[in-house]
Amino acid sequence: MPYALCFLLFMVGLYCTVVKKNIVKIVVGLAVMEYAVNLFLIMLGYRTGGTAPIVDKTYLEPGTGQIAASFINTSVDPLPQALVLTAIVIALGSLALMVSMCIRIYEKYGTLDITEIRRLKG
Amino acid sequence: MSVPLPIFIAIPLLTAFVLPVFGKKGKDAATILANLATLSLLVLAIATIGQSAVYEVGKWSIPLGINLVLDGLSSLLLLTVSVVSAASMLFSTRYMEQYTAKSKYLSLFMLMVAGMNGLVLSGDIFNLFVFLEIASLASYALVGFGCEHEELEASFKYMVLGSIGSTFILFAIALVYGNTGALNMAYVSKAIQNTGLNAGLAFALALFIVGFGLKAALVPFHAWLPDAHSSAPAPISAMLSGVLIKTLGVYALSRVVFNVFGISIPTGWLLIVLGLLSMVAGAFLAIGQWDLKRLMAYSSISQMGYVVLGIGLGGLIIARGGNLAWASLSILGGLFHLVNHAVYKSLLFLTSGSVEMSTGTRQMGQMGGLAEKMPVTRAACTIASASIAGVPPFSGFWSKLILVIAAIQAHFYWVAAIIVFVSLCTLIMYLKVQRHVFLGELPANLQHIKENKGTMVVAMVFLACLCVLMGLLVIVPSLKANILEPAVKVLTDGLLYSANLIGT
Amino acid sequence: MKGMTVIVKTIASWVKVLIFLFGINIIIFGHLTPGGGFAGGVILASSYVLLMLAFGREFAEKNLSLPTASKLDCLGAFLFALIAILGFAFGGIFFVNYLVKYSQPLRLISAGTIPLSNIAIGLKVGASLFLVILTLSTFRPDISTDKKE
Repeated sequence: MPYALCFLLFMVGLYCTVVKKNIVKIVVGLAVMEYAVNLFLIMLGYRTGGTAPIVDKTYLEPGTGQIAASFINTSVDPLPQALVLTAIVIALGSLALMVSMCIRIYEKYGTLDITEIRRLKG
Repeated sequence: MSVPLPIFIAIPLLTAFVLPVFGKKGKDAATILANLATLSLLVLAIATIGQSAVYEVGKWSIPLGINLVLDGLSSLLLLTVSVVSAASMLFSTRYMEQYTAKSKYLSLFMLMVAGMNGLVLSGDIFNLFVFLEIASLASYALVGFGCEHEELEASFKYMVLGSIGSTFILFAIALVYGNTGALNMAYVSKAIQNTGLNAGLAFALALFIVGFGLKAALVPFHAWLPDAHSSAPAPISAMLSGVLIKTLGVYALSRVVFNVFGISIPTGWLLIVLGLLSMVAGAFLAIGQWDLKRLMAYSSISQMGYVVLGIGLGGLIIARGGNLAWASLSILGGLFHLVNHAVYKSLLFLTSGSVEMSTGTRQMGQMGGLAEKMPVTRAACTIASASIAGVPPFSGFWSKLILVIAAIQAHFYWVAAIIVFVSLCTLIMYLKVQRHVFLGELPANLQHIKENKGTMVVAMVFLACLCVLMGLLVIVPSLKANILEPAVKVLTDGLLYSANLIGT
Repeated sequence: MKGMTVIVKTIASWVKVLIFLFGINIIIFGHLTPGGGFAGGVILASSYVLLMLAFGREFAEKNLSLPTASKLDCLGAFLFALIAILGFAFGGIFFVNYLVKYSQPLRLISAGTIPLSNIAIGLKVGASLFLVILTLSTFRPDISTDKKE
């Protein structure tokens, strides 16, 4: 069920990117799409009743210093969290580039409406 | 001796991090450093021909760590990327004098090369996505480098569509991880072979084809390519059209479809249909263009259709269980056409850059009769045009011949007829280029132009010689066995990729 | 870009040091608590952005100028790549964690090259995000052909 809502958020972002005419709204639609994918990726690693995947002294075996089995049985999957961290950084860079492109387009064309920025045709 | 694989990523990345420090005063030092980097990558790429290696980064064994895999397909594409980037970097030492902030341009260029090298060598599907994003972001910034009206508009369109494609690919990777629990391509392939394609994985395959098809500019997803490739500076157009759409699009698509998911009959037909649509639509849209670079951009779409058609036809024959020799021939035609197109399309864009730098315009109606004034550019453009149109003995003829023979052998006669027809259209469009740009009368305002000298000429002559000599890659058996055959074998082996890497 | 009122300026000048210190805490304890290089770098950048919003753009530019931030950015990235290459020199493979044999788990100085990588990334991300916001706040309604990052 949460996966379906995530997909709905993705579709909302796609609709916004395709339909809207203001270039800043198009960028916002892209950001919503990327957030939806990051949310989907985090939800994949979830385990019901799980704990955060951080090891501290309570989870180490007293004798050998290895990680206890109780940690492995209750923690959520940390791999999607690492993937989402990378994906958020990439989305940040892409968003910064898009916003600066919007500012430059406004400086040159004087308008933010995509139907009027049509010098390249054919 | 074996080359450690991360060096292909480390050299351009280090150069990219050091170059912005140079600023305006150190422009010449920055240029020399960047040229040294691309030339050393070319030497290293030639040194790894015929080898295959697996490199585990950080001494973590798979599936805990990330590995870099060099097999036949990767080494073929590494060679292509190094050749085109070395030629473009040589060209841009003189061409980019027209722009300011040259050291930042060089830094972004090296980032794009690092991204492409990393993508080709990656053995892990999320690592492939990260390098795809590095190369894409660098190319978005490079397309809008001149900051004029048209370049900003083209870069914005390219950025929005490219980001949608990347988001689809990330969604597909999330679905693959959710259904198989692994990210390493060999482990994912093994899991898919064990469980078969359920609904989530089929949806992931569809998303992958859409996402990579958007990066490769196949026909329903091609809308960004004419604007982006015509507005970018000429060496960047050469890199984009020459290698970026091939590594980010066709290589990633074939790696995921053949080696990870396994080719099946619907997927093979889908690739064939996309290839045919691209060929025909690109050729028809290109003939009516009057802007020189826009015509070449549409012809890029058409030629990518050839590559995808060749690979798809081979895949369909394998999926039907047909004759493996026919499938190998078809895939050989597709991959050879990929390499050929990289060389001659980048040469065409470099010559168009040379013409634009001398005359100041890109509209073919305002040019004419440049043949006496710019002999080297004219010769290079003629060689490249003859090659792309399929005139023997240049390289383009051989790859189109192999594709036609493969289509006829597999009893797809109508496909062969369409290939010949589109080659005829390609000949028409390049005869138009030759007639309007080089032959005819010199207009009054262009009487004083001169030929461009220096490194631009060196780059163009280098690529023109390669155009002539590349036909030898299929004729000489030892070259074919070392360079092209391993690449074909990777794709025809298909799902044996995972068995070779980790045992059964 | 003008600054804000006197109340905001006084409070901002006290608070920005705390934010900077918090960012450094998140970077250095990155291998023990959540956070790490990227999150700490964003917090470092946000302390400078607070300075820019409260005092005006010219003051922030005098404090950490554009060429200095650019050089810090390149230095951070180059340090990260250097740590990876030293792995090749000492351990034979890129990115190997060659300092982990000198450490005990769950202490501050442990886990080998990971805190060093965190510091390099934090430096790079802080400098480059500040650079991005500084250049985005420049609005020039005239033609310029310089392309900044």
